[in-house]
Amino acid sequence: MTTKQNKIIFDKKILLQAAKDSVYKLKPTLLIKNPVIFIVAIGSVLTSIIVLIGIFHADFSSFNLQIAIWLWFTVLFANFSEAIAEGRGKAQAESLRNNRIQTKARKISGKQEVLIFATELKKGDIVVCETGDIIPSDGEVIEGIASVDESAITGESAPVIRESGGDRSAVTGGTKVISDRILIRITTEQGNTFIDRMIALVEGAKRQKTPNEIALSILLSGLSIIFLLAVVTLPAFFGYCLNASGLPMSDNLTLPVLIALLVCLIPTTIGGLLSAIGISGMDRLIQRNVIATSGRAIEAAGDVDVLLLDKTGTITLGNRMATDFFPGEGISVEELADAAQFSSLSDETPEGRSIVILAKEKFNIRGREVHQLNATFIPFTAQSRMSGVDYISEDGKVHNIRKGSAEAIRTFVQNNNGFYPEIIQDIVRKLASQGATPLVVAEDNKVLGVIHLKDIVKGGIKQRFAELRKMGIRTVMITGDNALTAAAIAAEAGVDDFMAEAKPEDKLQRIRDEQKNGHLVGMIGDGTNDAPALAQADIGIAMNTGTQAAREAGNMVDLDSNPTKLIEVVEVGKQLLMTRGALTTFSIANDVAKYFAIIPAIAISLYAGKNAVGPLSALNIMNLASPQSAILSAVIFNAIIIIMLVPLALKGVRYKPVSANLALSRNLLIYGLGGLIAPFIGIKLIDILINL
Amino acid sequence: MKTIDIFQIILFIILLIGLTPLLGSYMNKVFTGNKHFMLKIFGWLERLTYKFIKVNPDEETNWKKYAVNLLIFNLIGIVFLFLLQTFQSYLPLNPQHLADITWHSAFNTAVSFVTNTNWQGYAGETTMSYFIQLIGLTVQNFVSAVTGIAVILAVIRGISRKTTDKIGNFWTDLTRSTLYVLLPLSILFSVVLVGQGVVQNFKSYETVQTLQGTQQVLPMGPAASQIAIKQIGTNGGGFFNANSAHPYENPTPFSNFLQIFAIFLIPSALTYTYGKMLGSVRQGWTIFTVMFILFITGLGISLYAEYSANPVFGHIPMMEGKEARFGVSGSVLFSVVTTDASCGAVNAMHDSFTPLAGMVCMINMMLGEIIFGGVGAGLYGMVIFIILTVFIAGLMVGRTPEYMGKKIGAFEVQMAILANLVTSFAILIFTAWAAVSSYGLSSLNNAGPHGFSEILYAFTSAAGNNGSAFAGLNANTLFYNLSLGFVMLIGRFGVIIPVLAIAGSLAKKNITPLSSGTFRTDNWLFICLLIGVILIVGGLTYFPALSFGPVIEHLLMNSGIIF
Repeated sequence: MTTKQNKIIFDKKILLQAAKDSVYKLKPTLLIKNPVIFIVAIGSVLTSIIVLIGIFHADFSSFNLQIAIWLWFTVLFANFSEAIAEGRGKAQAESLRNNRIQTKARKISGKQEVLIFATELKKGDIVVCETGDIIPSDGEVIEGIASVDESAITGESAPVIRESGGDRSAVTGGTKVISDRILIRITTEQGNTFIDRMIALVEGAKRQKTPNEIALSILLSGLSIIFLLAVVTLPAFFGYCLNASGLPMSDNLTLPVLIALLVCLIPTTIGGLLSAIGISGMDRLIQRNVIATSGRAIEAAGDVDVLLLDKTGTITLGNRMATDFFPGEGISVEELADAAQFSSLSDETPEGRSIVILAKEKFNIRGREVHQLNATFIPFTAQSRMSGVDYISEDGKVHNIRKGSAEAIRTFVQNNNGFYPEIIQDIVRKLASQGATPLVVAEDNKVLGVIHLKDIVKGGIKQRFAELRKMGIRTVMITGDNALTAAAIAAEAGVDDFMAEAKPEDKLQRIRDEQKNGHLVGMIGDGTNDAPALAQADIGIAMNTGTQAAREAGNMVDLDSNPTKLIEVVEVGKQLLMTRGALTTFSIANDVAKYFAIIPAIAISLYAGKNAVGPLSALNIMNLASPQSAILSAVIFNAIIIIMLVPLALKGVRYKPVSANLALSRNLLIYGLGGLIAPFIGIKLIDILINL
Repeated sequence: MKTIDIFQIILFIILLIGLTPLLGSYMNKVFTGNKHFMLKIFGWLERLTYKFIKVNPDEETNWKKYAVNLLIFNLIGIVFLFLLQTFQSYLPLNPQHLADITWHSAFNTAVSFVTNTNWQGYAGETTMSYFIQLIGLTVQNFVSAVTGIAVILAVIRGISRKTTDKIGNFWTDLTRSTLYVLLPLSILFSVVLVGQGVVQNFKSYETVQTLQGTQQVLPMGPAASQIAIKQIGTNGGGFFNANSAHPYENPTPFSNFLQIFAIFLIPSALTYTYGKMLGSVRQGWTIFTVMFILFITGLGISLYAEYSANPVFGHIPMMEGKEARFGVSGSVLFSVVTTDASCGAVNAMHDSFTPLAGMVCMINMMLGEIIFGGVGAGLYGMVIFIILTVFIAGLMVGRTPEYMGKKIGAFEVQMAILANLVTSFAILIFTAWAAVSSYGLSSLNNAGPHGFSEILYAFTSAAGNNGSAFAGLNANTLFYNLSLGFVMLIGRFGVIIPVLAIAGSLAKKNITPLSSGTFRTDNWLFICLLIGVILIVGGLTYFPALSFGPVIEHLLMNSGIIF
């Protein structure tokens, strides 16, 4: 990812476009959106006018000209940082848009196929796509299966399978079918499709300042006004000193020097980079294949301190696996395994398949074809809560093998006038307490034993939760399992809390309760019944494959439909806020050095008496060559630090999942202390360079 | 420094740390309405007060109503005090037949005492009758101090409550802190002061024959009762012109020590009360530590500057402007404490200090009077810096900044920066105005950077509601009376209103529970951060102004030039 990012940052085309855009962004109506940089622009204009007046009066000052040039550069660099952040997304958006305009859709109307422009499609239309076709708009596969190249939006070149029914039915406009044929029902109106939203987002057309950005802008504007006060009162103080040192009033500070001081003091670094940080935060989410509906959502992600996670797919692998057979009294384990395998031969569920495999691996019992054995497969239904086979044995009798939940099998056996033994009950209880799902197997009126179906906790997930805990985030596992099973899995996975036998409305209630206690809740979901909870949560991530209702209720969409993505989203949010804080701290800490550069420079003549330099040159601790080069060095440093920090603003500060205290000490050391020291070194170096 | 000097400072520190939790937990009981022993003594008076002003003590208001009550109360104080002075000659207890006071001086003094500044453009013994000192000034010494306490109580409630708009009842806060905190302490302290020789009578001034055979007028009056609250309430308005340098106001080294300590007593104890009321004593001690570090640093620099060899006069104790009975340490400690705590009482002429010691006084005030600060005011000023610190640095932990579980949003930042802006505006703009105008400059008694320092000090003192003077500046002129009066008003209410707004906004928010992802505000890291923000955001603005005043003067002094 890093190499890819670097490539994008330094792409020539983007750089060129960004350079052009930074000039375009000089438009006052655009500039005024950033008060700090607007002040710099006013300063640049004033200084330029003074230079021109000077030329007009044959009193040209190259010092003033240099100040003017570097002030303009400060503005341009700030514009550039924003332009390049936008440019990275724009390049992506541009190709998407081109694709979309050219894309034709093969609309099915009646029994005919009509070729229309993708932009003319309406919600509910049905289109067909075959190998090589671009999917014209967002929709749902209603027939067929195809492999789709989604690299246009996800950047991932490996094709994905999209098929009708189930979890993988949603397709996105702009992606390409690379094999087979599918029928798609369009589910989104034009202008609101995924790509439309993405284009709008990355282009910043809909970009609004987030609450935190607004607060930060207020702080920066406030600081700017305070420094403005410090600078406008300076000529008065200085004039008093001139008078007291017996110097003529005409030696008072010139406007370009005052403007230079002001620009150095106001927080231009963070002011210039603020929007780039915000845009690139959005960009980083897109790189992780998550689309947020607003910048506000990313910020909220950093604040989330409770995560609701579905057990299946997030904490455990989607499927339960058979890991053991426990025979009942008087039954051999082979007998049980054989019956279990037999009953599962036609069971296409992952659990069923795992039983067949386990029996084969453990007891070398081969798979058989069910129909060859005069057997009929009885599939699982919600009513019976069992599955199995009915077969006719050699003596012509019909036998029923069933496997299912303990309750269902008890009823089944008792209905056949059988007896449900205590030992089976014990095994079931024991397995359940370990977090496993016991599957009881019976033949006719006799209970054969229990299959141990185990939830497999994903590798590394426990460590992930431990990291989250360090960051102060509590994880809550949601499961439909009973409390006993849930508790065991929760313990194995290391989640902080769990909700057993959870219904969708319980999820919603849980979110409300957590929020009432001051928590911010994040969750990820896909189903229609997840929609209310997704809407209520502070961060609701809908899976791309999920239902349309879920996609609309959440404030983010995960293209990969990967439930663990929630954790990454939280990290992106935190990194965004950290970057903002780090650069603000850096920017403010910079001021100390700038004072030490400029104040001795302007006060050099005060109370000098017979000496060449006045007493305040003692403050020139950087030993800068001359007053003019000192001021110039400070202004140049102030300008180029913006451009030097652009990569950091785009990539974000280095992020590690550690506690708040550790993160703070680390960032404070780098950006606080660094911000204090760096300008002393930088200004000195520039001073040496311009005096070569 | 002699052993006795060091002993004095160490004793001061031990008492400060020791008494902070004692008085702090007592005040916690008072402010939270719990049982305490003073109820038996003054409980009836509290109930009577509510009956008299027709207030239901349990009925709380939102921040706007709280602010309006506070403003009305203070406005009445200003008008009342203004009228008292302008009609002084018609009022009783005026044995010296002192005349009515000019309107602009009366305005300045009225504002000054109501805002807890106690800047004095007048000389007490030749201007104010006993009646005004007692009914006007002493009363305001009490109520201006409790106004500060009321504001910080509102802030504490704003932080500790959730999803409510009620931040307390101004009248209840006012009554309780007067009756149970200030009144008992003042009575106790004035008795001790009388024991040390501070005058307390209603006699007319006495004329005595000095040893040189000349006549001298000895001023009299009810001084002890006013001086006690002057120190305890961080007011600082002296009964006599010489303030605590006057032998009838501060007769002995012991009374001097007690007066210094009395300044810090309540502001320091309030940090403990703050922690206690917020349910985390650590938070209180954190703030105490920040204040203490800034205090000790300033004291160290001042002592160093005053005890260093003077390049012009050599290595002798520079006693100009200091009282022989207090010595260098007793004067320096007083000066640092009084400027830290927005008190403004003085026992030496700050004007005569070395430039660096004078600069310490100015920086103490410029930082916003938050080093223990005025009663209540220091702590709410500190809360503003805490909000700024939390916002700037809190982002670095990757969460929307929060303090005590309250998210700090745009509104809080806006109000905090506004409070900061108001003081910078008052100090810088008015100093600049005075430095270029003839009516500003004509009041100066000294030339060069020292003259500049005098102007800068005056406006800094007024904006920080400190009230101490650098002296050397004749401030009883139309320009200074009005401009300083205005600066005192905005320095006081320009901060109080945003602070109450913050309290109101925080009260409405929910509280995010503590976790390891929370930005801690009760550890050493935060202490360092807060100090950094106070110095950079609060102090850096004044770097140029200070450079042209005390810094240049110090550098020039080292090359043998003094002013």
